[in-house]
Amino acid sequence: MIRFAVKPLQIFAPAITFDLVEKTLADAPYNLPDLLPRPFQTWFAEKGWAPRAHQMELLARATAGENMLLIAPTGAGKTLAGFLPSLTDLARRGKVPPGSSFVGVHTLYISPLKALAVDIERNLMKPVAEMGLPVSIENRTGDTPQSKRQRQKTNPPDILLTTPEQLALLLANKEAERFFKHLRYVVLDELHSLVTSKRGHLLSLGLARLRRHAPGLRSIGLSATVSDPMDLQRWLVPQSGPGQEVLHPQEPAGLVHVKGGAAPDISIMTTEDRIPWSGHVATYAIPAVYEEIRKHKTTLIFVNTRFQAELLFQELWTINEDNLPIALHHGSLDAGQRRKVEAAMSANRLRAVVATSTLDMGLDWGDVDLVVHVGAPKGASRLAQRIGRSNHRMDEPSKAILVPANRFEVMECQAALDANYLGAQDTPPVGEGALDVLAQHVLGMACAEPFDALELYDEVTSASPYAGLSWEMFERIVDFVATGGYALRTYERYAKIRRTKEGRWRVSNPQVAQQYRMNLGTIVEAAELNVRLVKRNQLGTVGRGGMSLGKVEESFLEQLVQGDTFLFSGKVLRFEGIRENECLVTNAFSLDPKIPAYAGGKFPLSTYLADQVRAMLADPSRWHVLPDQVRDWLAIQKEKSMLPKRDELLIESFPRGNRFFMVAYCFEGRLAHQTLGMLLTRRLERAGARPLGFVANDYALAIWSLNDMGAMIDSGRLSLGDLLDEDMLGDDLEAWLAESFMLKRTFRQCAVISGLIERRHPGKEKTGRQVTVSTDLIYDVLRSHEPDHILLEATRRDAASGLLDIGRLGAMLARIKGHVIHRALEHVSPLAVPVMLEIGREPVAGEAQEFVLAEAAEELIAEAMG
Amino acid sequence: MMNHRLALAAAETPAPAAGAEITVHGVAAVCDPLGGLYLPDLSCLVISDLHLEKGAAFARRGMMLPPYDTLATLNLLAAVIARYDPRTVISLGDNFHDRRGSALMPDAFRDMIRTLAFGRDWIWINGNHDPDGTTDLPGQSADELVYGGLVFRHEPSLIAGRGEVAGHLHPSATVGRRGKYVRRACFATDGARLVMPAFGVLTGGLDLKHKAMHGLFDHAALIAHLLGRDRIYSVRFNSLIG
Repeated sequence: MIRFAVKPLQIFAPAITFDLVEKTLADAPYNLPDLLPRPFQTWFAEKGWAPRAHQMELLARATAGENMLLIAPTGAGKTLAGFLPSLTDLARRGKVPPGSSFVGVHTLYISPLKALAVDIERNLMKPVAEMGLPVSIENRTGDTPQSKRQRQKTNPPDILLTTPEQLALLLANKEAERFFKHLRYVVLDELHSLVTSKRGHLLSLGLARLRRHAPGLRSIGLSATVSDPMDLQRWLVPQSGPGQEVLHPQEPAGLVHVKGGAAPDISIMTTEDRIPWSGHVATYAIPAVYEEIRKHKTTLIFVNTRFQAELLFQELWTINEDNLPIALHHGSLDAGQRRKVEAAMSANRLRAVVATSTLDMGLDWGDVDLVVHVGAPKGASRLAQRIGRSNHRMDEPSKAILVPANRFEVMECQAALDANYLGAQDTPPVGEGALDVLAQHVLGMACAEPFDALELYDEVTSASPYAGLSWEMFERIVDFVATGGYALRTYERYAKIRRTKEGRWRVSNPQVAQQYRMNLGTIVEAAELNVRLVKRNQLGTVGRGGMSLGKVEESFLEQLVQGDTFLFSGKVLRFEGIRENECLVTNAFSLDPKIPAYAGGKFPLSTYLADQVRAMLADPSRWHVLPDQVRDWLAIQKEKSMLPKRDELLIESFPRGNRFFMVAYCFEGRLAHQTLGMLLTRRLERAGARPLGFVANDYALAIWSLNDMGAMIDSGRLSLGDLLDEDMLGDDLEAWLAESFMLKRTFRQCAVISGLIERRHPGKEKTGRQVTVSTDLIYDVLRSHEPDHILLEATRRDAASGLLDIGRLGAMLARIKGHVIHRALEHVSPLAVPVMLEIGREPVAGEAQEFVLAEAAEELIAEAMG
Repeated sequence: MMNHRLALAAAETPAPAAGAEITVHGVAAVCDPLGGLYLPDLSCLVISDLHLEKGAAFARRGMMLPPYDTLATLNLLAAVIARYDPRTVISLGDNFHDRRGSALMPDAFRDMIRTLAFGRDWIWINGNHDPDGTTDLPGQSADELVYGGLVFRHEPSLIAGRGEVAGHLHPSATVGRRGKYVRRACFATDGARLVMPAFGVLTGGLDLKHKAMHGLFDHAALIAHLLGRDRIYSVRFNSLIG
């Protein structure tokens, strides 16, 4: 095994930073008794602990009235630091005498995970009880019983632990002002993960509203390392939006930054077994992974997709001769099952867990001493966070093993380690606030109390994601909330919000508020059906009842025929059919399942890594670290064809079967390649090459055609320069994008979040299909009848921020200009094999639909003519 | 690709027809790729499940779906009527998405229907979505119609299927080749009865293999006539996926 110790790069803005642990109170310039009331001092002393310097720094500055951001690695005592200002303030306040007038919430804690809110309650209750503080702490999540919620409204706890969605619900309530008027602190946990999503946008709007109810409010953000802390520092304070006078110019929140602990020990797994040409599952390495599990106390195995998780889990159990407790954890599994795994994990009863990103965040997972990452890293921040899951004591290095799933990934892993990649932070930037989230918020605010549009605009633009929102756009959103915002104004009589005589907007009727509450939130899952395991009786009919295994996407099930088998929840299941809103399955006992092809969870190769892989490919002197098989593969490629230089684009052409193939090695990630493939086939069509299809992986793109593209290039009938000219990102792209699956999926989210389409309708809560109308249809209707509609605008904006691959494509086309090399070959080249193996795995789309139809019809014609 | 029927509705000129010529209970018929069934001997055009004013029906419940579906469906209807210029039009029920749809429909659409119906007999068969008939529209309403050797009703009957032309089920079918699948709305017929595809642009489909279809057809003779861009694709039931 090759070992590398990776030192984190420091690329942070100057701030007060602390080395871990060593610095304690003795070094800190604070007046202890002033800051820490006596019970705290006694408590620390009794424990034999001392408050850490960053905790005291945060306490001093927050107490003095600053908004604060604390950046620290796991294990640095971040949670206690975040709550010390509240706890000390409450300790000074003392017990509220019975019969006092209403006291609202003092501190609000917001976390992205409800499990985290519950966890924190437990962790916080302990010191509070030991110090005997007069502080009440409660959580409020989707699981909190109605009676408790009601009681919390009349008699709120001092510290309320909750999620962004629950905050939005509380704020949309008529009692919101009373409930929050005494609020002193908002503690925002895992802020780095919240701010880049739509949940973060919703939360920022909630924070703006909280400040209106409680003007003296201070915010404290807790975060892991990010590439630009200033984004978060600004996020935590009110902004002065356009058209607003700067009444209280706000400094960005203060920053306390705790440096990371020991550098992690990362290696690449090598085995004697053959490394596959393509694929993402790394089955070849399973015995080696199993060996590592045996050698360690607890191993966390991260994969990039649920499908990988399922397969890996099953493969591990086939060779689990010692019956080691190995569990599975991913987002599609039943919540009850996930909780069980989490509980077993924290009680150290498991030896290994195979997990997707659902375990990336937050909770304390017991004594994990090894992280195995299957598949190439793809992005640095994710990898760093996952590796951070191992060994929560900061002063010991985390240990991690990367398991490349194919030959290209071997190079990718190696390039990552060579380049000290782990320290580079590639967290996404905090984007502009989404319009669909704003629409949801506007309706929520109308539910709370009638609003004045100008006042609400000022409030909304004080939230940093919305600071640049124009008044015109805000008005369109209000119009959208009221009647759908259509040019054809036929829905005035059905308006959801209307203007009062005083010109304020209120909800038309109580049902609107009820619909809002039922549909709130920004997380839109793909349409999913519950999977239920049933039994066949002797007559061969399927019984009722049986265990619920979790959820699987509807689009996947649509491709299954009764009797098909697939892998889910660690079992091979036989598809029996769909009954009402459930997918019925039986145990299959089959060894060759057709496998769930989950849509989500595919991360593109980062630009930085792509460049590193190209560099490694071009430089044989760097190959000595690669396994023999990978080195041989590259050497044969060099002999049979060539290896491109770092700035070159190699295009190979060769015949195979009765088709002609063209493979371009772009290294820009699968999404970018798919876009390129779509655009190139259009151009090849016009050039007369008669292209038939294309397929992409992270590293290359293969196109096949009826005419010999290689011959066309060599004879000059086809110019590679023209073919790959940057202008393809103009009209061709526009036309293609509008049809793309990605845009439809984005639209679906916008339609649901903005409230155009309900997830749940009063009285029909239990329809399993999460969305009641086909959003694809709505998308097409809007596109053909009102292309400027606000929701299409919202979709395009979302897509643009999600479409990093288009930007990459543009950069690549500019880079390779004049550096395109064509090789006409007799046979497929070694480098082409991985992408060629992807052929046949792609779903059908666009024009090709008519071909499939025609071919199916030919059978009948043949029958009739025969 | 864009929803098939919407793309057709948005097209400037309807694509030339390549309908499938069939017989239902001995009556000659043409399955048109726009989704209408033309009976040449009767000069009669049959359409089903228009679901007009579906967007408005949702808006009344607080979901502001685009108000453009009625226009798109009527454009398709105009195209198929222009293609055959039938003496009689039979709309097989679920003509409107809800009971109040025809009464609350904007006048512009009402005028379009009047123009389409001018000089023709127009029969609105009542459906489960609109059992009370239509308000202020040309033509007459009926629960079912016996005409030219066929029976026209909204919901397929389980007992008397011979010679029946019905709608209601929105049949669709899936074909697949080499692991790739395409699903389209279709006419479904075994020669004895026929179930119409939904004509409205904002309608979903139910697979021909769904249990709600059980018992309606002789599977050995059942053919799905799938709606293609400019032609019908006819596929035997046993060759379908699902």
